[in-house]
Amino acid sequence: MNKKQKKALTRILIAAVLMIILVLSPLDNYPLARFILFMIPYFTVGYDILLKAFKGIKNKQVFDENFLMAIATVGAIALGEYTEGVAVMLFYQIGELFQSYAVGKSRRNISQLMDIRPDFANVMVDGTLEQVDPDEVEIGSEIVVQPGEKIPIDGVVIDGSATLDTAALTGESVPRSAKIGYEVISGCINMSGVLTIRTTKEFGESTASKILDLVENASSKKSKPENFISKFARIYTPVVCYSALALAVLPPVVRLIMGIDPLWTQWIYRALTFLVISCPCALVISIPLTFFAGIGGASRAGVLVKGSNYLDALSRAKIVVMDKTGTLTKGVFEVTKIEAKNISKDQLLEKTAMAEAFSNHPISKSLKEAYGKPIDTSVVTDVQEISGHGIKATVSGTEVHVGNQKLMTSIGIQVEEIREPGTIIHVAMDGNYCGYILISDKLKEHSKMAISGLKRIGVRKTVMLTGDSKNVADIVATELGLDEVFAELLPADKVSNVERLLESKSEKEQLIFVGDGINDAPVLSRADIGVAMGGLGSDAAIEAADVVLMDDDPNSIVKAIGISKKCMRIVYENIYFAIGIKVACLILGAIGVANMWIAIFADVGVMVIAVLNAIRALRVKGIK
Amino acid sequence: MKKTYKIEVDCANCANKMEEAAKKTAGVADAVVNFMALKMSVEFEEGADAKAVMAEVLKNCKKVEDDCEIFL
Repeated sequence: MNKKQKKALTRILIAAVLMIILVLSPLDNYPLARFILFMIPYFTVGYDILLKAFKGIKNKQVFDENFLMAIATVGAIALGEYTEGVAVMLFYQIGELFQSYAVGKSRRNISQLMDIRPDFANVMVDGTLEQVDPDEVEIGSEIVVQPGEKIPIDGVVIDGSATLDTAALTGESVPRSAKIGYEVISGCINMSGVLTIRTTKEFGESTASKILDLVENASSKKSKPENFISKFARIYTPVVCYSALALAVLPPVVRLIMGIDPLWTQWIYRALTFLVISCPCALVISIPLTFFAGIGGASRAGVLVKGSNYLDALSRAKIVVMDKTGTLTKGVFEVTKIEAKNISKDQLLEKTAMAEAFSNHPISKSLKEAYGKPIDTSVVTDVQEISGHGIKATVSGTEVHVGNQKLMTSIGIQVEEIREPGTIIHVAMDGNYCGYILISDKLKEHSKMAISGLKRIGVRKTVMLTGDSKNVADIVATELGLDEVFAELLPADKVSNVERLLESKSEKEQLIFVGDGINDAPVLSRADIGVAMGGLGSDAAIEAADVVLMDDDPNSIVKAIGISKKCMRIVYENIYFAIGIKVACLILGAIGVANMWIAIFADVGVMVIAVLNAIRALRVKGIK
Repeated sequence: MKKTYKIEVDCANCANKMEEAAKKTAGVADAVVNFMALKMSVEFEEGADAKAVMAEVLKNCKKVEDDCEIFL
């Protein structure tokens, strides 16, 4: 609790004790003393509300909560209902205190969750380590990160090795390892080992700063429910005030005309009850709090949402369009299949890798990587690159041809067309066909789970866009169970495909585009919600996207939608619950069933429940 | 030009009122108050003097909500 809250608590306690004593005291025969004594707790707990109400009137800002409370309590006291008057003020202040405490607490919670701001960097100066402000470290400086410290600035490891805890950034609890030559990002915690890092960015451009900036400025874009509530509060309060006035005046006047007892006191009491019920605070505080908690919880799970409007939109996602390479697949070429004929698989790979020994083509690289052993290049002679076909080389006296179908045909070997997703490398030795090696981009581990997860969570259509060949695309799409696939697309075609899909859906449905942030900025901005994946390290993605998934896992999309749905469910629960209870109590108050105590529940009780409900949005652990 | 300021305000409705007041101030193109983050981001009109405008924004905010602060 801060100072202000402690002061409020003290006032509430004093007033509460005084009030209880006064209620129990036999003062009924001393009306003046009773009035004066009751004024002590009343002013103790409510003087600031009265002051604010007065200032509001002076500044022509009449209708606010303070005004409602001031009128209701002054009115109750004027009617002789001292206990109720003091109680309303007391409970209103308890509600305010609770609200301020809850808001402060969740603010702290969320900033703790995002505790990735590094406080210092260790820079080597004249052989000794010096702690400096990370802002002052220039690009290319060498910094040292000790175990237990946060990496302050993005860079490359030049000495040492360590395991890194990236949980604060990605929500991923499995530590990553870092060795010489690895790129590391700021915000990770060094769990073991000392790392020396050469910085590649300034502090302000580093991942940790960018993420903090993004999270802190999130929710500056307000969602529909938030705008609705602020508009609602603006219209609602004056309406209620005039209704209360009407309730106080009209029925008695009508009764007077009809010639029966006007019952002024009773109707004024009802009007005051009306005012107490009407306070809109439950709505006004709980809706933004829910979004704030939702965005905070999402960041904890490695999903950065740039504004509460996107959280709202995510929950209504019906069409998910995905890029293939880097999103559903790893975007790394690997040997995925070796089909050997009349020779062992290992021998086939060995000879092929050796024949490709001098080439730097990505395919040669993946062949050499798959082989994995050092190559004795002295036995590789007569290497001849045949452009558009492949390579011919002599390896330990054997003539090896490595290349596509055309190369095989040119040396008189007929091979069948092989339908596999990826690049087929045929191999022939001394003119005899020895089989082929398949090099392809591998599916990510969770891609299949992600697609079925999207279906489960209510996505109507999943679409894949790719620049890759139709053959490869179809195989991937079938394996994953995607609804539609468009292959052989240029970047501009991706935009037009997304536009066509946008037209095909209704206004309420939202279209998400998920890409890895490379080359798809135009599509990211064209979609209703652009989701960039693997945001770590890619500045362009963080800028262009509305939602950034910190890890590479496609299943995070499902998680993001799940979180947004939970958050929106809470938002609507609160709206319906608060308005529902209020309207019910207003009606009961108007017909005289609800008294001041029920009114206090409708005001403070509803607010407390709504705030507690809102805080639930922070919990995202179980969402998968 | 867009700038973000830290603010101090107690209730969500008051934050909404500050936002309204800031929006209506001359020289302000748009303003958003984020109650949870306690931040006000103001987009100024072309050629507006941010300092002078913000002094005016603060004055207008004080008018609608006495108990608020903008850290300029």
